[in-house]
Amino acid sequence: MANARLFLLGAALILSSLFFLFWGLSGNTWFIFELRSKKLITLITVGGAVSVATILFQTISANRILTPAIMGFDALYILLQTLLVVVIGGANWALLPDSIVFLLTSAIMVGASLLLYQFLLQKDGRHLHVLILVGVIFGLLFRSLTSFIQRLIDPSEFAMIQSTMFASFGSVDENSLIISCIIFLLCTLLVFKYSTFLDVMALGKQMAVSLGVSYISFQRLTLVVISLLVCISTALVGPITFLGLLVSALTYKIAGSLEHKKLLIISFLLGALFLVIGQTIFERLLRLQSTLSIVIEFFGGMLFLYLVLRKRFK
Amino acid sequence: MITINNVSHKIGANDILTNVTAEIPANGITAIVGPNGAGKSTLLNLIGRQTTLNDGDIQIDGSSLHSTSTDKLALKIALVAQDVGVASRIKIKELIAFGRWPHSKGRLNDFDKEIVEAAMERFDLVDLKDRFLDQLSGGQRQRAFIAMAFAQETDWLLLDEPLNNLDMFHARALMNELKLLAVENQKSIVMVIHDVNYAARWSDYCIGLDFGKIKFAGATQDVLTAKSVEQLFQVNVSVLGSPNGIILDHY
Repeated sequence: MANARLFLLGAALILSSLFFLFWGLSGNTWFIFELRSKKLITLITVGGAVSVATILFQTISANRILTPAIMGFDALYILLQTLLVVVIGGANWALLPDSIVFLLTSAIMVGASLLLYQFLLQKDGRHLHVLILVGVIFGLLFRSLTSFIQRLIDPSEFAMIQSTMFASFGSVDENSLIISCIIFLLCTLLVFKYSTFLDVMALGKQMAVSLGVSYISFQRLTLVVISLLVCISTALVGPITFLGLLVSALTYKIAGSLEHKKLLIISFLLGALFLVIGQTIFERLLRLQSTLSIVIEFFGGMLFLYLVLRKRFK
Repeated sequence: MITINNVSHKIGANDILTNVTAEIPANGITAIVGPNGAGKSTLLNLIGRQTTLNDGDIQIDGSSLHSTSTDKLALKIALVAQDVGVASRIKIKELIAFGRWPHSKGRLNDFDKEIVEAAMERFDLVDLKDRFLDQLSGGQRQRAFIAMAFAQETDWLLLDEPLNNLDMFHARALMNELKLLAVENQKSIVMVIHDVNYAARWSDYCIGLDFGKIKFAGATQDVLTAKSVEQLFQVNVSVLGSPNGIILDHY
């Protein structure tokens, strides 16, 4: 039955993608088609990256409420990018190709998140409330530091980084998109290869160690993958806090299994589907009257409150 | 045989274990007793590599924890879990199948499946196999965890205070089950126990721990006496004889 759901989701994604590409395709056909396919790839990559990162994070942090975004991963990425502008100077920054900036920030991001979050996750028996609190404080700290630095810098430099602060599915640099796709593919392949290890890790550290999984090294590896995935999504479109939560909550419901192979595929399909359908509706039906990210944040935020209040921590 | 050689452990600045040296013989039930905070669970967690061993060495049937990879050790020693956090929405048959993980690495072959089936039958879980873990009672859950460790097919089983939260009936049933495992399947079982009378009745070998040091270790009927228990727990104890062995009366 889970397989049938998987095929349905896959079919839905393909259909909605085709719809997104070909609906109302007229006028300068080739130009529009190219623009749309670039956007479609962005949506699928970002949706997939956010969702897969969320499932992975929930597995290694042993809960089903926290997501990388809630724990401040996106905010950390933006802070690092802002710092980078300050350190190398706005003029130089503007000269650097987007792809180089992206790779540089990603490398720093992987290091920084390993440093911060591994320390946080390593103490076993961490209470979920503590993690939420730390995540909120981290996020707040990173965001405040970012805005503090932005106040110090040149207005023209500020304008350069302003665009990274808000989620937008509009213009995306082509080279960054290609690099992102490659990183995304490599990450998902890697995660797939050790998905049975993730199954065991989901049983908790105690059992995983007893069953012979070197928990700490796999946790570290998973954190690297999560950081890379967050880099991809944040660099391409900016922070979307609650998409991961929406997708992961639905994934567990739909999958009806604890196998990560299934969880990961379903979450990828759902995340991509969410964004593609959402963007189609906003772009074509509502004529860009509102933005997709606001709606995702609204429903995701409600879900987060619901989950926290219902205390379904396990 | 588990050889514990000069093991010390600190948490922060506090010495939890100091120069512990002991041997735990194979086959039979070994009970680790002692007052709260004596370091019993720490010792068990070190043996089960839940806590990293820094100072001293522990060997399980000749394999040192320092030089043997964790997946090799998973074929020798299993920890019987008390509770799992995230995965309480796991089905019993899935849980027990995870016991085969050290052998199959996630791909169960027919032999693995046979063993999982056999474990479910042995522990009377066949009717419950499609239930979720959080739908079971405490006693049933404990049986499921033991079945999982049983499916792991290790010589050694570790249990940390398994009698907690069990009533008289279920505690007895559990100890019976463990005794059977030791006798019928030649398993070696190491457990932390609070109640000395359970240790007196069911264990073959007993280790008394206080302030991170070994106070006594040996065959239970030799070392678990009124005097040793009085010293260990600082309470007055009188020994009552019963047809099935001694009862240490501290009430």
